[in-house]
Amino acid sequence: MNVPLWTIPALPLAGFLLNGAVALRAGARRAARASEAWRAAHPDAAHDDDHGGGDAHAAHDGHASHGSADDHGSGHGHGGAALPRGQRLFHGVVGVASCGLAAVAAFANLVPYVKASLASPEGIAPVVQHAYLWMAAGGLSVDIAFRLDPLSAMMLAFVTLVGTLIHLYSVGYMQEEEGYGRFFAYLNLFMFAMLTLVLANSLPMLFIGWEGVGLCSYLLIGYYYDKDFAVAAGKKAFVTNRVGDFGMILGIFGIISLFGTADFSFLDKARHAMVNGGSPVTVYAVCLLLFLGACGKSAQFPLYVWLPDAMAGPTPVSALIHAATMVTAGVYLVARCSAVYVLAPDAMTLVAWIGAGTAVLAATIGLAQNDIKKVLAYSTVSQLGYMFLACGVGAFGVGMFHVFTHAFFKACLFLGSGSVIMAMHHEQDMRAMGGLAPKIRQTFLTMMIATLAISGIPPLAGFFSKDQILGAAFATGHTVLYVVGLGTAGLTAFYMFRLARMTFYGPFQGTKEAEGHVHESPATMTVPLWVLATGALFAGFLGVPAALGGRNTFVRFLEPSLARVPEHEVPHSTEYLLMGLSVAVALVGIGLAWRWYGQATATSAVPSAAADAFYRKTGALGPIVANKWNVDEGIEALVLSPFRKLGTFLWRGFDALFIDGIVNASAFLVELTGDLVRFFTTGNVRNYALAFSLGVLAFALFVLVR
Amino acid sequence: MVTVAHYVGLSFVLFTIGVVGVLIRRNLLTVLMSIELILNAVNINLVAFARQLGDLTGHVFVVFVIAVAAGEAAIGLAIVVSLYRLKSTVSLDDASEMKG
Amino acid sequence: MTFPFPASDLLVILPELVLTQLALGILLWATVVRKGREATLAWVSIASLAAAAVLIPVAARLSGPLPRAAFGGMLTLDRFSIFFKVLVLLATAVTILFSLKFVGTSSYPGGEYYALLLFSAVGMLFMASGTHLVSIYIALELMALSQYVLAGYFKRETKSVEAAAKYFVLGAFSSGVLLYGISLVYGAAGSLDLGDVARSLAATPRSSLLGVGIVLTASGMLFKIASAPFHVWAPDVYEGAPTPISAFFSVGPKLAAYAIFARIFFVGFGPRAGDWAPVLAASAALTMVVGNVGALLQQNVKRMLGYSSIGHAGYALLGLLAYASGTDARGENFGLWAILIYLAAYLLMTLGAFGLVVLLEAKGYATESVDDFNGLSKKNPLAAAAMLVFLLSLAGIPPTAGFVGKYFLFSAAMKAGWPSLALLAVLMSAVSLFYYFRIARAMYLVEGEGELRWREEPAVAAAVAVCVAGTLLLGILPQPFVALAKSCLLP
Repeated sequence: MNVPLWTIPALPLAGFLLNGAVALRAGARRAARASEAWRAAHPDAAHDDDHGGGDAHAAHDGHASHGSADDHGSGHGHGGAALPRGQRLFHGVVGVASCGLAAVAAFANLVPYVKASLASPEGIAPVVQHAYLWMAAGGLSVDIAFRLDPLSAMMLAFVTLVGTLIHLYSVGYMQEEEGYGRFFAYLNLFMFAMLTLVLANSLPMLFIGWEGVGLCSYLLIGYYYDKDFAVAAGKKAFVTNRVGDFGMILGIFGIISLFGTADFSFLDKARHAMVNGGSPVTVYAVCLLLFLGACGKSAQFPLYVWLPDAMAGPTPVSALIHAATMVTAGVYLVARCSAVYVLAPDAMTLVAWIGAGTAVLAATIGLAQNDIKKVLAYSTVSQLGYMFLACGVGAFGVGMFHVFTHAFFKACLFLGSGSVIMAMHHEQDMRAMGGLAPKIRQTFLTMMIATLAISGIPPLAGFFSKDQILGAAFATGHTVLYVVGLGTAGLTAFYMFRLARMTFYGPFQGTKEAEGHVHESPATMTVPLWVLATGALFAGFLGVPAALGGRNTFVRFLEPSLARVPEHEVPHSTEYLLMGLSVAVALVGIGLAWRWYGQATATSAVPSAAADAFYRKTGALGPIVANKWNVDEGIEALVLSPFRKLGTFLWRGFDALFIDGIVNASAFLVELTGDLVRFFTTGNVRNYALAFSLGVLAFALFVLVR
Repeated sequence: MVTVAHYVGLSFVLFTIGVVGVLIRRNLLTVLMSIELILNAVNINLVAFARQLGDLTGHVFVVFVIAVAAGEAAIGLAIVVSLYRLKSTVSLDDASEMKG
Repeated sequence: MTFPFPASDLLVILPELVLTQLALGILLWATVVRKGREATLAWVSIASLAAAAVLIPVAARLSGPLPRAAFGGMLTLDRFSIFFKVLVLLATAVTILFSLKFVGTSSYPGGEYYALLLFSAVGMLFMASGTHLVSIYIALELMALSQYVLAGYFKRETKSVEAAAKYFVLGAFSSGVLLYGISLVYGAAGSLDLGDVARSLAATPRSSLLGVGIVLTASGMLFKIASAPFHVWAPDVYEGAPTPISAFFSVGPKLAAYAIFARIFFVGFGPRAGDWAPVLAASAALTMVVGNVGALLQQNVKRMLGYSSIGHAGYALLGLLAYASGTDARGENFGLWAILIYLAAYLLMTLGAFGLVVLLEAKGYATESVDDFNGLSKKNPLAAAAMLVFLLSLAGIPPTAGFVGKYFLFSAAMKAGWPSLALLAVLMSAVSLFYYFRIARAMYLVEGEGELRWREEPAVAAAVAVCVAGTLLLGILPQPFVALAKSCLLP
């Protein structure tokens, strides 16, 4: 079967157009009805078309037309009813089908390509299909061309697969929403942009996708726009991503300046170190600029702050955009440009340190969260840090392997949390949950698989990818980074099992009424969960390292797309030791979480109230030794509680410091410049003429003096 | 001997007076007159240079400038009238509602 | 009796001649037409513009091979001028569509309004092909005089009259300065014909007379395209003028001014590029900062778009600078070419955005604020989507016309050895996203209150639809257009 590559993004685009058109029509009709209703309710507001004076607008301010219907649960729903079944069916079918067909088209290309690539020892040349010449100027031509090489093949595989599953899941999850059609239109548009990003053969085209996914992310974060926090979250995402995009654009210009081209042929030039010596920019600067772009998109320090807030969007969006696909675009960018990065080892070191730092920082903050989605969000930031750590130490393939496995278990976790939230009637606070395991069995089982996977328990997916990252950090001599990564693995296991324990075990913490309403989700939601859980179970086997008797197929497959980095061999015995160590650390984390969060009582607001009370009472160290029975509380007090407090501090403190810092500083700068601008724009013509004359005088003097 | 430099000097003085007039006078009518001064400075320049170069273009240009200046004055006066009707003043300082 | 030019020279200005005649006819007709019946005049005006557009290729065909100089070198018809003429006619036609109801439902007569728009268009057409400083000046004044009246057309609105007064005083002042500069150049170069000026400048040494002349001319030009520090008039005039006229001001005069700017400075002052390039660079940097930072603080959409258009003028100056730096190693120079693409993109997206302001303007004259866009995505999703396209394009997000334009401009600046200005341009583009997205945020993330005041105007909607289509087409399939622009460069 021969399916051209352009069909893969084109199918979701068609879905977007279809869904969008129908939603627009329905929206226009609804608006007309609302307008009529408003007019009926305000007979005094004469609607005159001509200008010439304010009408009585101020007199009937307020939420007159809506607001009465706002009786939904927290974090959910606009005023207004769900769509009729027929329309819902239409949007759902179009949304899922366009994405599903894209997946089919993708796999029709992928299967033969992967087979051929694996069959040949050196890999095969990338498939590049030119659609048309986009723009050409001064020897700088940019094609709309689609590229299938191992790296994009791997991205394509999980993006289409996970995307289709999440579309399917949304059919059930979003059914009570008024903006159902709008939601699917945005989601399809997102898939189009993401697939454009993945399949692009040049940086400018990648940038189309990059901005497209950003726009969809923005629109979907603000989906519940009658909620203030959603609007604030959208704003935050917008601000931080601008910082990143600034770096990205400059990076693209830098690449053009260095290599004279922006299509991916610059990678070959970079491999042969054919850098334009006369260029005003350096490789190091370009790498940093591109990494700044990656930091924005992939939520790395210090630009990570938007991602946790992005959880204000609907849960399927969190799963698809803010966990599995879009946020990995930054890692993809760095891996894609790996040939350039290896030319600037210092830049790579920075990438590794930022990655490791973000990993441990976010994991620490994750300890302090009580909102189930926030825990997962910080976990995503932390896992993305691992991926950058891998790229930074030169193990690009391993980093991408983690992208791949992470997509499965994190999407599964998010969708599972969505199922939990739905079962709890839009309660997201884990302190109000507990004992859900028998009530939502499917969700529980799938989430536990994914939790074990992310914690790095063999032989689940997360174990293989994470362990190889740690192995690479150790093998390349980055011992400190290795230790940081190892510690983060322990924290990961801890906060994930804290989540599991608080949600699924122990007594139910909510009201009796809420308990009665807990229900399992429909099949459109549980089926995707099971598929993703299967992925979380088995995806790791694609890349079993040599030490475990595998052939590391995944990383070997990716090699032709990535920079060749000298391999660091470590003896198998060391590798076994490292693996044992990381599993042990994970088990310790699990064990501690299990112990500490198992004893939650029905009244406690903080799960481990006993520990906290103890911590408050003991000012000195002495009593801890005496209270042998309370040694657990001692550990809690000495180790975990400070950690949690640190997490809270970092969460609240840094966020406030950084975002407010940016906002305040830029506001100050803007005000200053703005005042200067306004100083001349006084409204008085004579001042304008003065400004004009001064300008002329300055320019004339300049010309005369030089 | 009067050279072209004298004419250019005179024209520069006139131009400066015109510019300063625009900068400091509040009355729109006076400002209009100041602008006419600038245009006349231009005319002196053009004629002087044309004479020096033995070229007719400058002379022709002067005629055009005078014609355009007449049109400009007409429109300027019309604006003065509508400003006066609305605000009962022809001071430019009173026309500074929009700013920033 | 014989004339110093052949009768076939008249063919060169056939579109302008016909348009002038039709405009005069409309002016006469306007004296007898009753209030409320002026829509016919508007449609006739649009037909006149269409006739002029059709006559452009006819004139090009009949008057001989291009470039064709006429009237002793006063005017030249070449592909460069044709490019600008088409854009100017398009901008004027769209403005008339915007004005149909806006003027029709107002208490002001419509006839002269349309005639004045056409006269202004005639001025711009002549500007596009002017190759002699006398013809350029007269064309410029024809355009400007018509515009002073248009700015104050709503003569019982304080803001409108204030805009007219400010525009007039500063406009007349700037053309005085420009003219003084021209007179100095005449003295130094001995001619007002741009070709002769260039030959003379290449032969004569630097002189302060010439330097000042060039600076004064540049100041006049920078005033017309609203570049800092000569931009101060623009926000007030855009805010005060009737909205369709603001739309027209932000596009038409700027296009024509860029045409003469490019012609005077490349054809005429080209040999002195080293002198004026730093001046342009300083102005470009200042303009980008002032326009984009100024826009951040605005609440009034028209004013915000005014500042934004200042910022865009700054980007376009980069193209002029790049062109001034000469050709690169390949013998190519895409500075001017980038400007042509950018101006076309700018025309589409700016007119589109103003069109939506016209549609939304129902709260009374000139009180349009960003809040008026609140909840638009829910109340008129199609309009919100269209506005989003324009905003994305204005901010330079792919795949829209604005991105393609900026991509060429910034690469041109990069290649021409102004990386610091390209950097500033990227930074300011990032800043610009904030104020553009304030409108996007209002449309998509803020709940509107009460009923949306919205004009139902098929004509404006159609014009906006054309702008959306153009903005997307130029972004997705720019290459045919890029090739076209490439063929329209100055010789």
